[in-house]
Amino acid sequence: MRYEAPTTTKEAATLLAKENGEACVLAGGTDLLVRMKMGLSEPDLIVDIKHIPAMQEIKISASGTKIGAAVSGTRLGDNKALKKAWPGVVEATNLIGSDQVQGRCTMVGNLCNASPAADSVPAMIAAGAKAVVVGPKKRRTVTVENIVTGPGQTSLEKGEVIESITLPKRSGKSGDAYLRFIPRTEMDIAVVSAGVNLTLEKGVVKTARVCLGAVAPTAVLVPDAAKAIIGTKLDKAALESLAAACSAACNPIDDKRGTVEYRTKVAGVLGRRAAEIAFKRAGGSK
Amino acid sequence: MTGVLVDTTVNGDAVQFACPTDETLLDSLRDRVGLTGVKEGCGTGDCGACSITLDGQLVCSCLVLGVEANGSEIGTVEGLADSESLHPLQEQFINHAALQCGICTPGFLVAAKALLDKNKDPSEEQIRYALAGNLCRCTGYDKIVRAVQAAAKDLRKKKK
Amino acid sequence: MTHDQSFTNQKFKVVGTRVNRPDGVDKVTGRAKYGADATAPGQLVGLFLRSPHAHARIKKIDTSKAEKLKGVKAVITSADLPDHTNGALLDKLTNCMARDRVLYDGHAVAAVAAIDRQTAKKALKLIKVSYEVLPHVTDVDEAMKPGAPIVQPGTKTRGVDPKPTKDSNVAGVSTFGHGDLDAGFKEADVIIEKSYKTEQTHQGYIEPHACLASVGPDGSGELWVTTQGHYTYRTDCAALLGMDLAKLKVTSSEIGGGFGGKTHVWIEPIALALSRKANRPVKAVMTREEVFKASGPTCSTSMDIKIGVKKDGTITAGSAHIRYQDGAFPFIWGQLGAMTAFACYDLKNVQAVGYDVLVNRPKVAAYRAPSAPMAAFGVESTMDLLAEAIGMDPVELRIKNAAKEGTKASYGPTYGPIGIGPTLEAAKNHPHMKTKLKKNQGRGMACGFWFNFGGQTCTDINIGSDGTVNLSLGTVDVGGSRASMSLICAEELGIPYEQVKANVADTSSLGHNDTTEGSRGTFSSGMATIFAAREAIEELKNRAAQMWDIPVEEIEWIDGEARAVGQQHDNLPPLTLKEIAAKAAGTGGPIAGHNEVVADGAGVSFASHICDVEVDPETGGTKVVRYTVIQDAGKAIHPDYVEGQFQGGAAQGIGWALNEEYIYGEDGTLQNAGFLDYRIPVCSDLPFIDTQILEIPNPNHPYGIRGVGETSIVPPLAAIGNAVSNAAGVRMTHVPMSPPRILKAIEDAGA
Repeated sequence: MRYEAPTTTKEAATLLAKENGEACVLAGGTDLLVRMKMGLSEPDLIVDIKHIPAMQEIKISASGTKIGAAVSGTRLGDNKALKKAWPGVVEATNLIGSDQVQGRCTMVGNLCNASPAADSVPAMIAAGAKAVVVGPKKRRTVTVENIVTGPGQTSLEKGEVIESITLPKRSGKSGDAYLRFIPRTEMDIAVVSAGVNLTLEKGVVKTARVCLGAVAPTAVLVPDAAKAIIGTKLDKAALESLAAACSAACNPIDDKRGTVEYRTKVAGVLGRRAAEIAFKRAGGSK
Repeated sequence: MTGVLVDTTVNGDAVQFACPTDETLLDSLRDRVGLTGVKEGCGTGDCGACSITLDGQLVCSCLVLGVEANGSEIGTVEGLADSESLHPLQEQFINHAALQCGICTPGFLVAAKALLDKNKDPSEEQIRYALAGNLCRCTGYDKIVRAVQAAAKDLRKKKK
Repeated sequence: MTHDQSFTNQKFKVVGTRVNRPDGVDKVTGRAKYGADATAPGQLVGLFLRSPHAHARIKKIDTSKAEKLKGVKAVITSADLPDHTNGALLDKLTNCMARDRVLYDGHAVAAVAAIDRQTAKKALKLIKVSYEVLPHVTDVDEAMKPGAPIVQPGTKTRGVDPKPTKDSNVAGVSTFGHGDLDAGFKEADVIIEKSYKTEQTHQGYIEPHACLASVGPDGSGELWVTTQGHYTYRTDCAALLGMDLAKLKVTSSEIGGGFGGKTHVWIEPIALALSRKANRPVKAVMTREEVFKASGPTCSTSMDIKIGVKKDGTITAGSAHIRYQDGAFPFIWGQLGAMTAFACYDLKNVQAVGYDVLVNRPKVAAYRAPSAPMAAFGVESTMDLLAEAIGMDPVELRIKNAAKEGTKASYGPTYGPIGIGPTLEAAKNHPHMKTKLKKNQGRGMACGFWFNFGGQTCTDINIGSDGTVNLSLGTVDVGGSRASMSLICAEELGIPYEQVKANVADTSSLGHNDTTEGSRGTFSSGMATIFAAREAIEELKNRAAQMWDIPVEEIEWIDGEARAVGQQHDNLPPLTLKEIAAKAAGTGGPIAGHNEVVADGAGVSFASHICDVEVDPETGGTKVVRYTVIQDAGKAIHPDYVEGQFQGGAAQGIGWALNEEYIYGEDGTLQNAGFLDYRIPVCSDLPFIDTQILEIPNPNHPYGIRGVGETSIVPPLAAIGNAVSNAAGVRMTHVPMSPPRILKAIEDAGA
């Protein structure tokens, strides 16, 4: 196995493109090294992206927020401005694993691992996040919901690597939140999860995005759930209708972590609870 | 073995080792540097027995490649005590009987130190969540949490 | 054997104090050496190839390519492991390495020793095994149905009349009890009959099985290993490999948790066989996945409980049928479960039947009070239902029916002084019982019983010329016993605790000791230590007699010194242990004390637990809000470590009750062989666990010791079950009470 630690994104993309065998990107390694331990992955080339300066940046500007692909969960959580602007995205990322894992894991790694239960993904999708994808020849911007195509599958082409995630500019009264259900208090993979992002105008929900995790092969954006609360003050009926829309959008499986029935029911509960938190964070009151 | 040479600082001392590129830092530390205080409980980042600090950051050494440690500073349980005395955490773990079999103890000590370095006066809940990545099967965590609380108090007193 | 009863009432000087453990510094500095921490010059890495199937015939194993790989020094299959035991240990051998068939997902089929891990891994991939997949069964109830695939052909059910002629997966049926069940149920005003299920759990010790094995061409060998019983490992390994006992030296490393799981051999005989074949030391360490798939978890169960009660709370009859899943090899887990089911109560009419059932899962091993927690879940849940039905407080119902001194136990013997009544009275009066519950919270309580064991034990005391004392023990220290034994030794000799250094001796340095299991460590090694110390005291008195030149009969040993008795010796100042030790070379040589004993008379142990649990009615999520353990310890030698056992057992029971379970797929393979999805409690899942130690002396031990390690895991399943049922408003009958199960129960009840 070759180990390379390039210092530019272009170099990384070129290495990945040229490798004929199995080539893997290493950011935090909290998924890749587990796969290697379990014998599920035997890379011929590992490209460590942590030495690329552009991948280590967190930039907050007038146009939005840019988070490098190698920024760890801990660093994300330590950034007060980011936490204030996007509490849901930060809390979702900070839920991944233990403090030990937080020291290594990244949002982009969480995304590219392409697990339907990834914590940061529903929050990013709800936030309207975009990924800056760099290939050996060109760079493109892709909405996060278009990165993962199925369990373990992404739309990235050979040689492509995500350099950063951008979050849109926050307007006025807005808030986001992410909730997941796990059997324990820590260390589990989400059985079901929900991210909600909304903005208010005169106390009424003006825009909203609701995204569910672990209820389908990929995270699911639920426009009907958003519709259910837009134009409302999150009254009981709106919340119930949001919950129903969330449950209706589920296409889950029975597995070691939960049942179809359970996930469908709890998706609605979490969607409702996350919406209430996001509403409160946006300054809303009933 | 086709290996690469890795230059590190371990517990303040310069250490050089050679390892295959797919070897974890946990294996490098145990098998090549001889620091068997770093334990493998799962190898998948779920138990925390292999906790170390890498450039000051708490990590599971089973989730880091040995080659990644090149140029880094590593801290392990073997570096907690100074030449004169034990670290207050080590003393309080003994005083509070916070260990039974002791296999998880090195990881707990390293993780608890990382917590107290950042937070001098953590609440019980903060301690419990900060140590959630470290599994202990003997104690039910009761005496561990009490030992960390006592050590935090000792450290605060020392500072004054 | 009889013991000086006055010791149970004596005033102790150091016993009962909370001293620091002798292995503490090693364990907090990383110096303590566990199973995987030893190395030997030229050591090889041993790895195992394991079955991907739940049940299959091995048609052929081709190891030729692996053997030819550069760096591979030995490859082993069952062909290298003839049965040297005339069938006596064939099950053990077959579990260590599959012979004609693989019996569970993870069953070993081959092993290699190579110069490094990379090479060994490559070699495993080069071994080609052809399997003929056979039908499998992993569920205990399915395995008992007619037409189920037979796991061990030739198995005829033991314990039924007439003797069966057909093969069955029911290896044994064990029946205990007395009285007339039918008559008893006729007397009852209320009868509750309920079925329950518990899933399979693992001990979850954090240290995987690991050993360093070395066997030379002369037939002598050494084994460094993490184990609860290095003598048992020696006996088994020597028998399986055809070695002489005396030529295999087994050293127990520090043990990183066992809880019963390190009482059997798994990889160790194979590591020795690899070493013998390669003529080099071999280190073998299980991965966590291997630990889950191929060590020895505990049984899953399914049971029917029926108890009848009068309106005044008198239980008139109790019956239990409990089906224990033994994995692929039979043992007496059903028997133990049947014995424990009703042990807390004084019942006139009682019958408990335990079934040992074979399935395609790993061979079951002991797990802390093995078989008792499941039976207690069924019985103690039913007790709460009875209390509710007759409108009686659940604690009062238990107090009314509690066994006491003189009660004929449901499993046969008549109890001596026991602690079930006192733990229940303590529970009733505990402040925990009086705190108010908040919304969605429920309180539950339950009782538990465990036998405790004694067994073969042997201890040495050697006094150095400076008066410090080496205490050599043969029972592995699993929970702080070196501290407890040092306290006992210091107490007897009358010297400070710090003057004693305890160590666990290897099998070549001390006589046979049974495995540290059955909560026997402190009870039995404590007994042997007391007797060894008393022998040493006799010798110290002899030496003092020589030094003073007076008859030994005129010497007493008090507070660590020899004192000459009587007016004629008034001018003789006492001789301390140190002074006598310093002169030992001139008075007869080294001073020592030894004891070899079969420690009889282990005292039965009881506990009552109380817990409060909060249930989220919308998600089925649970939170343990408060937990209290009350247990009879007999004399608590080191209270810190007694509390530690109480807390640790409770935490394991809480995990079992709420989230831990083996999940098998349709294909019979284990779906969650890792700490990610086998969910043991993490630090943030638990509250502080309150403990109350009751000391009801065991009259059969010089210090009144019972044994404390296991009972604490018995009540939690039922205590949590009762609390969750009270919080959710619906009776939970399936452990673990995971959020999906709780939510489903709530919804089914509402529908």
